[in-house]
Amino acid sequence: MEFQTLTSPHTALPNSVNKVMLQVILALIPGIVAMTWYFGWGTLINITLAVSCAVGFEALVLWLRKRPIVATLGDLSAVVTAILFAIAVPPTLPWWLTVMGMGFAIIMVKQLYGGLGYNPFNPAMAAYVLLLISYPVQMTSWLPPMSLSAQTLGFTESLSLIFTGALPSGLTMDAITMATPLDEMRTQLDLNHMISEIRESPLWGDFGGLGWEWVGNWFLLGGLWMLYKRTITWHIPLSFLAGLILMAAVFWLFDPESHPFPQFHVFSGGAILGAFFIATDPVTACTTKKGQLIYGASIGVIVYVIRTWGGYPDAVAFAVLLMNMAAPTIDHYTQPRTYGHGGRLSG
Amino acid sequence: MHTPTVKQHARQLWRFHGGLHLPDNKALSLQRPLRTADLPDRLVLPLQQHIGEPAEPLVRVGDSVLKGQKIADNPAPVSSPVHAPTSGRILEISDQPVPHPSGLPGPCIIIEPDGQDRWATLPEPITDYRSASAGTLRTRIRESGIVGMGGATFPSAIKLNPGKPIKTLIINGAECEPYITCDDLLMQTYPERVLEGARILLRLLDAEECLIAVEDNKPSAISILHTHLQEQDRIEVVSIPTLYPSGGEKQLIRILTGLEVPSSGYPAQLGIVCHNVATTAAIADAVLEGKPLISRIVTLTGDGIAEPCNIETPLGIPASDLVVQAAGYTDKVSQLILGGPMMGFDLPTDQIPITKGANCLLAVSEAEAPPTGATLACIRCGRCAEACPAKLLPQQMYWYSRAKDLEKAQDYNLFDCIECGCCSHVCPSHIPLVQYFRYAKTESWAKEKERREAEHAKQRHEFRIARLERLEAERKARLRKKKADLKKKPARKKASGSDGSKKAAIEAALQRAAAKKAQRQTAPKNTQNLTAAQQAQIEAADQRRAEQAPPANDTIREEKE
Ligand code: SF4
Ligand code: SF4
Repeated sequence: MEFQTLTSPHTALPNSVNKVMLQVILALIPGIVAMTWYFGWGTLINITLAVSCAVGFEALVLWLRKRPIVATLGDLSAVVTAILFAIAVPPTLPWWLTVMGMGFAIIMVKQLYGGLGYNPFNPAMAAYVLLLISYPVQMTSWLPPMSLSAQTLGFTESLSLIFTGALPSGLTMDAITMATPLDEMRTQLDLNHMISEIRESPLWGDFGGLGWEWVGNWFLLGGLWMLYKRTITWHIPLSFLAGLILMAAVFWLFDPESHPFPQFHVFSGGAILGAFFIATDPVTACTTKKGQLIYGASIGVIVYVIRTWGGYPDAVAFAVLLMNMAAPTIDHYTQPRTYGHGGRLSG
Repeated sequence: MHTPTVKQHARQLWRFHGGLHLPDNKALSLQRPLRTADLPDRLVLPLQQHIGEPAEPLVRVGDSVLKGQKIADNPAPVSSPVHAPTSGRILEISDQPVPHPSGLPGPCIIIEPDGQDRWATLPEPITDYRSASAGTLRTRIRESGIVGMGGATFPSAIKLNPGKPIKTLIINGAECEPYITCDDLLMQTYPERVLEGARILLRLLDAEECLIAVEDNKPSAISILHTHLQEQDRIEVVSIPTLYPSGGEKQLIRILTGLEVPSSGYPAQLGIVCHNVATTAAIADAVLEGKPLISRIVTLTGDGIAEPCNIETPLGIPASDLVVQAAGYTDKVSQLILGGPMMGFDLPTDQIPITKGANCLLAVSEAEAPPTGATLACIRCGRCAEACPAKLLPQQMYWYSRAKDLEKAQDYNLFDCIECGCCSHVCPSHIPLVQYFRYAKTESWAKEKERREAEHAKQRHEFRIARLERLEAERKARLRKKKADLKKKPARKKASGSDGSKKAAIEAALQRAAAKKAQRQTAPKNTQNLTAAQQAQIEAADQRRAEQAPPANDTIREEKE
């Protein structure tokens, strides 16, 4: 009898890229629900828009490159990029900026390098930084958490704000937006206010900004689930947070009135999201375990440095892109010791 | 009361990096008792069922042979004879399909059994092996055609001539590949043979202790071996955690001793020698009964086999006949694999004979081994590195193998890859990583050959000069010796006895040197732990090596002849 021949191992393979990406998407859901709860419909609208754009652009490029379209889209990596971008930008972001961001992320940062696996930079973060530099106003117009704002935007109002820029009569952009807690902290510190004074504002919750810290908690939950599911390993998130906390703790202990306490840093801005969902993007991170520890810790440190002394309010995107550049070098110097090479009693 | 029968203290075990918990699917073939195969119409015996030089036929077409009669051999240091598994007539000596990943045919002797199963006169049993010399035992093992039966097929006698003091003898009964149960059943059915084999090897190697390692998913085998241990045995049955590939020689050594075999070195350097349980049992047969290696236990399993079971079968039986004896294929069968699912290789046809290293015929259904579908790009997730028992970075080796940057791939220790398949198994992009590594190794050897050839040409000139000088020196030495011999003549007769033992010593040393060379040659490929697939590469590479410039001495000898 004759048989077909395939290559070993002859097993049902337990993992797939599609499964990994799907787990990331599922893990993001609690955080997304929380964001919608605190900041309104804008987030969901942005996600829908970004995902459609990302999928559309990717399909277009694949068609031009004569690559399989359905199979490649099926890996869901474009969807993950789109969602990460959409939750990083303000819920009020005009639609054309989302379209532009996705075009840049998918076409320039991902596909021009050869598609998934070949891109040296995290596409979502590259797009975020591009827009932040080019359109700083739109990119920093955050809504306040629901409980703090007198005016809340409904679904249709959010839609019209994003797509036409029109606000309900009698409202101005200035009236409905508010600085993020990180922004607020920086501005106030620049005005030489003491932390204890600054924190009297109703903007604050227990650790970080009101609402913001809860969004962080829900992303944390998703992140822990990914750890449990082994979608990611602990190395990058833990070292990221450790680097950030360590920096914050040193400066806070040194001068608690002009440096916010470590928890503030962890639960503000994109720290949790960054640690579990962005810095862990395998394609652009370090691939050796030791390298991942260095990579994560460096991002944590850079985030603190940029937040404290840099010109931008949050720093996860910058820190991640910087370390993307360093990743191959770090990998090169952190190869594990292969079995039978040196080590105890062999040789 | 204190019963000193079995040493039961918990031994410290170590962990190797990575590894996989695989569904073991062993129950499938364990539900039926061990069967004995019926003799087929013809037996096909490849002349090469081992690593090293192929055997040369000692019989001609038409000859009658008896069971256990040696029908092929080769005096080369690394080779192994072949024996007739039953009595009958030599039908044909020709190229036949053999179990080899290349799919190329190889020379075989075909025997038509006469159905009488008449034994040849076997060599005398060495029942008192404790007072037999190591050399005698080794010769018996070599003459009995015993090779590594776990799939490595390295001639066993060579591993038993380590030239270094051996502390630990490891008997490998881990059987870590899913589905395979032939070693398990062997230990359960013939514990005495395994233990006797271990005792013989302990004596032969003069080792301090013997550890029989069995994965803890085989509790029956472990307890049966335990109950057969004798009080004075320096043997311990060690239950090790089930984790693929704990049965890989390097991994097993690490588990039991915490030591690592040096890269491109061999276990004897650590005072360790490792043999498979089936090999050990075969050694017991050879020494205690004079029986050569002419049969083995084969597992037939998978959803594609109607009655999965283990069959004790003569070597040379066509796989197709054996499958019939397990009630044939089911209609679910999609692939036939020789060996286990992780390291075995696909057979394009079942018209191939069972050889000394064939432990399992696995006929899988499509559900058991689904086609992997499209391969995506590497997303650098690092799961392969987490799973790799050699602690390599498969993602980096893949990157460079794919770019054909072989030197870089070697910088990442390509040659320490044991081809266990763990990385391929976990890769979410379904990249056939092992395939790339095999390819990169083969390519590297080809490159190495080219490089050496260039070097060879350059060195030829120097060799010639060296040769002339040496010839001159030899001539002078001969003259001197002649003079000395003339003086010594009267004393000569007396010395002849010690002369013999000296000769034996020289012989042993030569053999050792040859064996070491053979081991070293194959070392980069992690010889100790080979599947048939790896064996193929070794053969290919060895062929290349044979063609290319050997070390300086050999070249000189060649030119002299
Ligand atoms: S497991 Fe596959 S995708 Fe992941 S790093 Fe290894 S080769 Fe790349
Ligand atoms: S096949 Fe080689 S690289 Fe892959 S896991 Fe096994 S030893 Fe490591």
